[in-house]
Amino acid sequence: MNFDHEETKLDFIKHRKKFFMFSGIFLFVGIILLSTLGLNLGIDFESGTTIDVLSDEPVTANEVMEEFESIGYTPDDLVLAGDNNETGRASFIGGLTQDQTLEVQSHFEDVYGNTPAVSTVTPIVGEELAKNAIISVLIAAAGIILYVTIRFEFLYGISAIVALFHDALFILVVFSIVQMEVNIPFIAAVLTIVGYSINDTIVTFDRIRENMKFEKKVKDFDDVARVVNKSLVQTLARSINTVLTVVFAAGALFVLGGEGLRTFSFALVIGLVAGTYSSLFIAAQVWLVLKSRQLKKVRHRKVEIEEQPEV
Amino acid sequence: MKKRKGVRKSLIVTFFAIVIAFAALIATNVLDHAEDISLGLDLQGGFEVLYEVEPVDGESEINRELLTDTVSALNARIDVLGVSEPNITIEGDDRIRVQLAGVTDQQSARELLSTEARLSFRDVNDEVMMDGSDLVEGGARQSFDPDTNQPNVTVQVDDATLFGEITRDLLDRSAQGENILAIWLDYDEGDSFEEEIMKEDSKIVSAPRVSSVIQSRDVVIEGGDFTVDSAQELAGILNAGALPVELEEIYSNSVGASLGERSMELAINAGMVGVALIFGYMLVYYRFMGIIAVLTLSAYIYLVLVVFNWLNAVLTLPGIAALILGVGMAVDANIITFERIKDELRSGKSTISAFRAGGRRSLSTILDANITTILAAGVMYVYGTSAVQGFAVMLIVSIIVSFVTAVFGARLLLGLWVNSRMLNKKPRMFGVKEREISEL
Repeated sequence: MNFDHEETKLDFIKHRKKFFMFSGIFLFVGIILLSTLGLNLGIDFESGTTIDVLSDEPVTANEVMEEFESIGYTPDDLVLAGDNNETGRASFIGGLTQDQTLEVQSHFEDVYGNTPAVSTVTPIVGEELAKNAIISVLIAAAGIILYVTIRFEFLYGISAIVALFHDALFILVVFSIVQMEVNIPFIAAVLTIVGYSINDTIVTFDRIRENMKFEKKVKDFDDVARVVNKSLVQTLARSINTVLTVVFAAGALFVLGGEGLRTFSFALVIGLVAGTYSSLFIAAQVWLVLKSRQLKKVRHRKVEIEEQPEV
Repeated sequence: MKKRKGVRKSLIVTFFAIVIAFAALIATNVLDHAEDISLGLDLQGGFEVLYEVEPVDGESEINRELLTDTVSALNARIDVLGVSEPNITIEGDDRIRVQLAGVTDQQSARELLSTEARLSFRDVNDEVMMDGSDLVEGGARQSFDPDTNQPNVTVQVDDATLFGEITRDLLDRSAQGENILAIWLDYDEGDSFEEEIMKEDSKIVSAPRVSSVIQSRDVVIEGGDFTVDSAQELAGILNAGALPVELEEIYSNSVGASLGERSMELAINAGMVGVALIFGYMLVYYRFMGIIAVLTLSAYIYLVLVVFNWLNAVLTLPGIAALILGVGMAVDANIITFERIKDELRSGKSTISAFRAGGRRSLSTILDANITTILAAGVMYVYGTSAVQGFAVMLIVSIIVSFVTAVFGARLLLGLWVNSRMLNKKPRMFGVKEREISEL
């Protein structure tokens, strides 16, 4: 047996502490950022006021925006609606007071001849969606641990979940840094990455499991490390090819998919990068550390048993 | 035995027959399927409102029955608007979501929905005889005539004396044929019985003829043309008209038709570019196996459209996301299998045994990866709401279809070539260089 890729000198294990450090620091700083700066929440997650400006003629977003700015208001979001874009819907996060609303209404009555419709929105829907998504991910995580424990072994399940949360958190942190507006499709993107992360990690673990079977003796850290590195090298081509193909799709959406998909596809690309990184440098290494500790414990126990004095 | 070493051309012919047959199938009806898919608001444009149902008096409890009655009342109103596929769903304990895709006049749609159901009972001259508040809450239900077994509607009124008077008055006018008690939903000043009764989407939900004085709280509305469905609908509207509820708008979302169309167009174009890039990459990297991947991926995209249509699911932006993840997983299943086959080839196995071993050993990997992802999607479906659910449905469909095409489809097609022995001793066709192959 002489696998070509076994000759490579790639070592995914030696620098594991640096990878743990990098991810640890990044996520730690990220959590601080998330709790101070937070995410730039869109109207889906904030309460506020929406004003539907009606015109008899088609309008452009710029026109409506300028009208708002001429009386000193800046909508947080503006979309056009109606068959011929004769309606502009402006959203104000945080809402407007009664007086402000009246001012806006009378201004647009003068300009377009129609009274704008004003409604208040509550973030209940977006919040509930996010809450449900988080609950779903947590329950799914428990289910995955259970499945992986049955099919593989408990430690694989734990490591897979570590990678999963690493990837999901990674996206949140990046969005907190760039302060891109978060909307409902963003949640779908995070969920997609959760799905992808599991998939990616399991494929690597499957190879580790298979290679562990071939090993005659797995006694200490170095034995396990060798198996893990071999498995990572063997699945490297697959890992890279798969992420490349998905990045092709997500990247095309980012570049060509239009404004509506920009947040979504950006989150996907970030998540894919994080997912691949964690599959190569985090997930298997976490398992390695856990597994070698377990081995050590078992060995200690054996030694203790052997040392029992005979009567 | 030597004879069997030759190339089996029949298998190659079978391969092309399968590919051509499938290509013909796709070519003939892919457009029909694509057009049939119902698009969500974000892609088609339209209008969506989420209402919280609140009791008017602050005392009555909002229960399931009250909610379904409100939904039938909303449905009856939307019929007037002529929206083709209104989507009204009950969410949680006290919410109703109304989605009107492709509504042209959003302003009037909104006004129409947000007012409470105004039920009135009028004579042919549009004089009000009584209104919704004279009915007992939840007192209307569909039942059957004990003699004829015809479906009918029974309804309870608050005041038997009042109803007795009304029916006596109307019965007196039966000579002129005016013994009709028209039940109006949302009567507006200027509406008239003669005009409205002729319309297809009439505001008059029923116009029963009074045939005797009814001095009782229990009233039966019967008619020869009642079906179980139409009788149930009327009972629902009557109940809604007597509903002590208010609909409070807690969320609304509107997308312009042109905006929706444009994002759809852009998304499709971007998707095509993405798929083309994937195809190109697979062909360059995996050579002959890349062709197989391209074929099975095309089949995957087609089948997802068919299954999605068949489920009557609504395609939204998150759905497109799931579709892309599905493409990724379908490609991944191919890549896992191909990498395995390459490994086996490098280890010096013959083409046929490398194909068999590679297929066998990759199956459990693909299975585990797919099952864990389906598990996650299943949980999202059960616990998620609207957008998350739509994503989960699409993801489950995508994974199952990608598994079928990428595992069985690819194996069948590649198997035909491998077993034909055309590819024997041609590792380069699989992207494996001769010098990489080790002696067994």
